[in-house]
Amino acid sequence: MTQWKHQHLLGLQDLTAEDIELVLDTAQSFKEVSSRDIKKVPALRGKTVVMLFFEPSTRTRVSFELAAKRLSADTLNIAASVSSTTKGETLLDTARNIEAMNVDLMVVRHGTSGAPFILAQGLKCSVVNAGDGCREHPTQALLDLFTLKEKFGRIKGLRVGIVGDILHSRVARSNIWGLTKLGAKVTVCGPATLMPRGIEAMGVEVCYDIRKLIKNSDALITLRLQKERQQDKFLPSLREYGRLFGINREKLAEGSDELIVMHPGPTNRGVELSAEVADGKQSVILDQVTNGVAVRMAVLYLVLGKHDM
Amino acid sequence: MGLLIKNAMIVNADKIWDTRQDILCEAGKIVKIAASIAPDGHQIIDAKGKKVLPGLIDIHVHLRQPGCEDKETIETGSKAAAKGGFTTIMCMPNTTPVIDNAMVVEFIRREAQRVGLVNVYPIGAITKAQNDQELTDMAELKSAGCLALSDDGKAVLNSRLFRLAMEYAKMLDLLLIEHCQDPCLSAGGVMNEGEVSTLLGLKGDPAIAETVIVARDIEIALYLNARVHLAHMSLKRSVDLIRAAKAQGIQVTAEACPHHFTLTDADVKSFDTSMKVNPPLRAKEDVEAIQQGIADGTIDCIVTDHAPHTKEDKEVGFDAAPFGLTGLETSLGLTITQLVKPGVITLSQMAERMSAAPARIVGLGGKGRIQEGKDADLTIIDPDKKWTVTKEGFVSKSVNSPFIGRTLSGRVEYTVCGGKIVYAPVA
Repeated sequence: MTQWKHQHLLGLQDLTAEDIELVLDTAQSFKEVSSRDIKKVPALRGKTVVMLFFEPSTRTRVSFELAAKRLSADTLNIAASVSSTTKGETLLDTARNIEAMNVDLMVVRHGTSGAPFILAQGLKCSVVNAGDGCREHPTQALLDLFTLKEKFGRIKGLRVGIVGDILHSRVARSNIWGLTKLGAKVTVCGPATLMPRGIEAMGVEVCYDIRKLIKNSDALITLRLQKERQQDKFLPSLREYGRLFGINREKLAEGSDELIVMHPGPTNRGVELSAEVADGKQSVILDQVTNGVAVRMAVLYLVLGKHDM
Repeated sequence: MGLLIKNAMIVNADKIWDTRQDILCEAGKIVKIAASIAPDGHQIIDAKGKKVLPGLIDIHVHLRQPGCEDKETIETGSKAAAKGGFTTIMCMPNTTPVIDNAMVVEFIRREAQRVGLVNVYPIGAITKAQNDQELTDMAELKSAGCLALSDDGKAVLNSRLFRLAMEYAKMLDLLLIEHCQDPCLSAGGVMNEGEVSTLLGLKGDPAIAETVIVARDIEIALYLNARVHLAHMSLKRSVDLIRAAKAQGIQVTAEACPHHFTLTDADVKSFDTSMKVNPPLRAKEDVEAIQQGIADGTIDCIVTDHAPHTKEDKEVGFDAAPFGLTGLETSLGLTITQLVKPGVITLSQMAERMSAAPARIVGLGGKGRIQEGKDADLTIIDPDKKWTVTKEGFVSKSVNSPFIGRTLSGRVEYTVCGGKIVYAPVA
């Protein structure tokens, strides 16, 4: 079996297919822990995991926190404001101060792409990226991969569509890395104004026709559309976005019954997904949330395990 | 008593002398060039084995004073210039307060004279407070000592205002230097828009933000039969537009920076904020086109856009970090390493792009050439000497260089300004 060699998890770009499979396999064994009556194993007893979030987050933070607690680690949440780091204290200063209290791992979310790199270079503890700017959100992609594998038994050969604001999406980028490394065929779909230049170089196809995409996909990863995109002129209106790229029952009916619909949450019901699709039988959104804890347990376990043994 | 440079291999823009000469400098001027000049109690530099160039001129520098003395001062910037081989620098007006009136110009000139290392010519603003609303008192700025005006840091976006500025500056024979960037198109971009920005999830600044202003300014210059100088060109398309404009006789001149003929946007993958610069590092084909433009003269001169920033300013992540890199101390080494050694340009062409052309463009008739009667501004270099850029090696207040760790060919041995040695090796 492959050995985990990484002190940090900064993105799926840096992982091999074998690394990713190892996380998914490890997550499989941890998933069972969360269904037990006593949802705790002593794997990380005595370790301290700090959630350092420079952007507001509920889901990801809670999921990481539960994952750490179910592995018996001590956890601490810090909602850091970006403004405090602009008052003369640099990003690295803030993190070094926390590290000085003998922290083993920092889970970091930051609005700037590359921020976890700066921390990983300057800190001795492990760093796990919980989302950096528009670059990567590796644990979200890992839980998406886990969910796909759970539903289809494989990733290789799957036709996966990623729909929405590709330009600003770290979920899209991490999924593109992960899916292509594991042999899926990825198509990105969304308004041309929200399609980043040169995205084809990441090994994906671009499609602007949601109906065509639905007909030719095994799974759709839909993305959250930030309402500000309309103010930033990327879109004429949310209504028009819904008309062109929103997924409702009628559009979904053109695809296979086996097609599954995913979303990293929180969903704008009525914009990217209609309520009946979000709650429908093809939706696996809540499975994703459940799997998120198992996947994050695996990540924390592997990243921290490396130094001990 | 003067300064006598013995055994000089003189490199001018039009020729490299084939025999060693002695150069005698007295009272700030080159008074005699001859095969052998008697020592006569002069201070002597033996330039044997070295090349002697007309003092390098950088018409695009940020000295930060007044206002941001934590990043750089006129004193530390002058030291960095002298160490980099520059004898004349021109500093951009985006200081606090802005260089938009005679008082600020005079303050900078006085402080530069007190420091007494290199010639410093302040560049005045085109619009008051660089606000893109009202023109500055250009005649006053000129009489205070400005050779050129610019709103560098941003373009004069209002096209009518820029047209009026060009007409007015033409009347006064003042050079306008344009920072070509449409901020609406840049839209907060922090690096070149392309495959790499897509990969890194960083906001892209598209090529068209530069080229639409390049094209606009060329059109205005043609319409008014006036001249305009385009700052820090970074794109193949800009080079193409300028080449075509020059072929039609339009009075456009242009400059480019060493980082734009050395680094590409792929270098941003390190997330090193020293790579964050405006205009951004571009694609490989752009780097090649800038080199080609320098070789064929489409790009008239090499400038540094020396933009010092403190460590604290830069260590805040890529989005929040300010644009700019320190350049005065690495410019010559990068030009020799990237352009002269690979045969893109000759040493003579380097003297043209780094001294003769900038002197001509801003109207410094006494500079840019080693000749009897000209100013005694000389840069003595060893083009083959290899050295490594280190953080500790900088004399500038700031060390935001993306070239730390690089080994460069070509080192400054002595810098002579006004017949006075302003930089010499420590040993």
